[in-house]
Amino acid sequence: MDAFTLLDTPTVWTNWLAFWSFDDINLLWVLVGSILLGMSASVIGGFAFLRKRSLVGDALAHAALPGVMMAFLLFESRDPLVMFLGAVTSSFLGFFLIDWLPKNTKIKADAALAITLSFFFALGLMLLSYIQGLEVDNKSGLDKILFGQAAAMTQKDIKLLAYVALFVLSCVVLFFHKFRLIAFSATYARTIGIAVNRYELLLALLIVMSVVVGLQLVGVVLMAAVLLTPVAAARFWSNQLSHILIISALLGGLSAIISTQISYLAPAMPTGPWMVVSLSALFIISLIFAPEKGLLKRYTEHQKLRKKVAEENILRTLYKLLERKNFQHKTFNLADIQALRSMPLESLQSTLKQLCKKALITSSTEGFEMTTSGFELAEQLTRRHRLWENYLTEHAELTPQQVHQQAERIEHILTESQELQLQEELANSQSDPHGNLIPSSNSTIPGESK
Amino acid sequence: MTNDIWIIATAALVAASCALVGVFLILRRQALIGDAISHSVLLGIVLAYLITDSRALPIMLGGAVIIGLLTAWLSDSLHRVGKLQSDASIGIIFTLFFAIGVILISLYAGQIDLDQECVLYGEIAFVPFDTIYIGNLATESGFDIGPRAFWGIGIVFTIVLSSIIISFNRLKTIAFHPSLALSLGINVIFWHYFLMTLVSMTTVASFDAVGAILVVALLVIPASSAYLVARSLKAMLWMAVGYSQLAVLIGYALAFWLDSSISASIAVSAGLLLFVTIAWQQVQSQRRQRQPIDSL
Repeated sequence: MDAFTLLDTPTVWTNWLAFWSFDDINLLWVLVGSILLGMSASVIGGFAFLRKRSLVGDALAHAALPGVMMAFLLFESRDPLVMFLGAVTSSFLGFFLIDWLPKNTKIKADAALAITLSFFFALGLMLLSYIQGLEVDNKSGLDKILFGQAAAMTQKDIKLLAYVALFVLSCVVLFFHKFRLIAFSATYARTIGIAVNRYELLLALLIVMSVVVGLQLVGVVLMAAVLLTPVAAARFWSNQLSHILIISALLGGLSAIISTQISYLAPAMPTGPWMVVSLSALFIISLIFAPEKGLLKRYTEHQKLRKKVAEENILRTLYKLLERKNFQHKTFNLADIQALRSMPLESLQSTLKQLCKKALITSSTEGFEMTTSGFELAEQLTRRHRLWENYLTEHAELTPQQVHQQAERIEHILTESQELQLQEELANSQSDPHGNLIPSSNSTIPGESK
Repeated sequence: MTNDIWIIATAALVAASCALVGVFLILRRQALIGDAISHSVLLGIVLAYLITDSRALPIMLGGAVIIGLLTAWLSDSLHRVGKLQSDASIGIIFTLFFAIGVILISLYAGQIDLDQECVLYGEIAFVPFDTIYIGNLATESGFDIGPRAFWGIGIVFTIVLSSIIISFNRLKTIAFHPSLALSLGINVIFWHYFLMTLVSMTTVASFDAVGAILVVALLVIPASSAYLVARSLKAMLWMAVGYSQLAVLIGYALAFWLDSSISASIAVSAGLLLFVTIAWQQVQSQRRQRQPIDSL
């Protein structure tokens, strides 16, 4: 646990304070740089995600490695701009290879991705090991781009990073509408006269640039996650592209802050893996708790629907019982209900209790009786059920035996306007295919004296 | 000299096992799952080592297989439950596992004889020095039976080869016609996870030799080259092995000549062989296109 010597309890607080008071100006630079990177990479990754090419970022990051090494071999300098241009060149080569292989050979798209990724990476490692055998100056630190090391970044690196990140972000803002159109329907975009190929190339360039610039911070191996995980998490929060992109930018920035902090507290730690772990934690939180489409939300919705269906089913059963007694006898006990609708006694009792609470039925020693509001609801459900049965027999030409099951499901979700439409469509039919009367929409309980 | 032979023999076995498994990954279009498993196996190795404090082969294999299957299962469930695209869910899971693996390595750097470097390259050059010694070292009554990595990959190669021979017909149906296999009553899900088990075992046994990421090259590239030329599954398996062995020989020579990493050079030469094959095919098809015009 040598790496965490800084985490001895009394020093954590002071270190944390030192971090946020920015005594170290370099630290501020690193923080700003990584936030910008996190934001731009997550935003541009969103478009790759929408185009169903989430792992392209992975391949491109790996493909940058030989470019960096070649640039170093050719120019023997570690100027950030030289490295950047080398990486962009080889990433672009990788990008074209991924595109070219499936179009011109039998090789499928996923294999093309894996081939490009592993070949370029192997080439990069081969060059790296070759360089390490050479007698040249300042070759140390080249291997830092494999896993990323925020602390190893110079001000020059960060300036370049900031420029590129701002460029990427402003391009996205500027061409947002066109990118969105292409992402959702490239064919439509082409028909209305957008130069799709040019914008795709620009998008590819932006992806390559943000991947390359992130290498020193996150590293080759894990760059894919920074492009992919934030937008995947943001998908659970919203359905609207602009919101998704903003949320993923926030998540990317947040994880950048967390990982820079950890990297500061434990300098031996590589930054990239921590960024990925914090992103994944944010992803898991979104997956479970997101208010729009999280698992928890979906589960409760599902439960709510089940409860509603169970309650409405009981009301319908009571209505049917009422119908059989010609609306004379109004109180029914558990056995009556169970004879018509088989459900476990326990859930039947709890559902009845719920209905009592909502004042849709009242319970007495003799049994259960619907209140007026309960009766209205039951009547409405029955009407919808029987209208739908009629609709199916008339328009879908199903036999009366086939229609009940389907109507049983649809009665819970039909809306009022749909009901009216059905009524018009069926020209005021009086009874359902089984010969039961369809209750009209403005009746009171028959037999009840007014 | 014997060291060179051990290195080449180990590399040859690694390349052959990877090629055999890779054929099925390519045919089932699961190259990316192979990529993912080879990354996350790192976590399995580290965890198995940290928990049991031993580097015995069965433990490493067990850890890797568990994590490998977990990767496949988790990305599949994320795809179903979270309604994410399948490649996105693969990407999220394996990057997380790999990141945790790297963090654990740097946390316990003092206790584990893995470092970030060896995760990437493997250390095939050091393979001959880590040998299995049978008998008592002190009395010198025992004898040296060869490198640990060699025997590890040897066992895995035997497992891979025998399972392919035994279940050849099943695997063939599943590879080419999964829906037919399903209608014939073959348990496709079982065979899917069986294949994932083979991938995990191959990756972990190759780990010492070539590291976590270059395995991907050996899994995917020779099999893809064979996919381009072969006309039957049997031919594809043979050709994939042939390509991989050629890559080992060329790569070793390349590494010797440039003084570069052996494993990286092997992967690069596998790639070069693929590109030569593609170029040859392109030339062939162009010549074929031109022929009718010439004859007119």
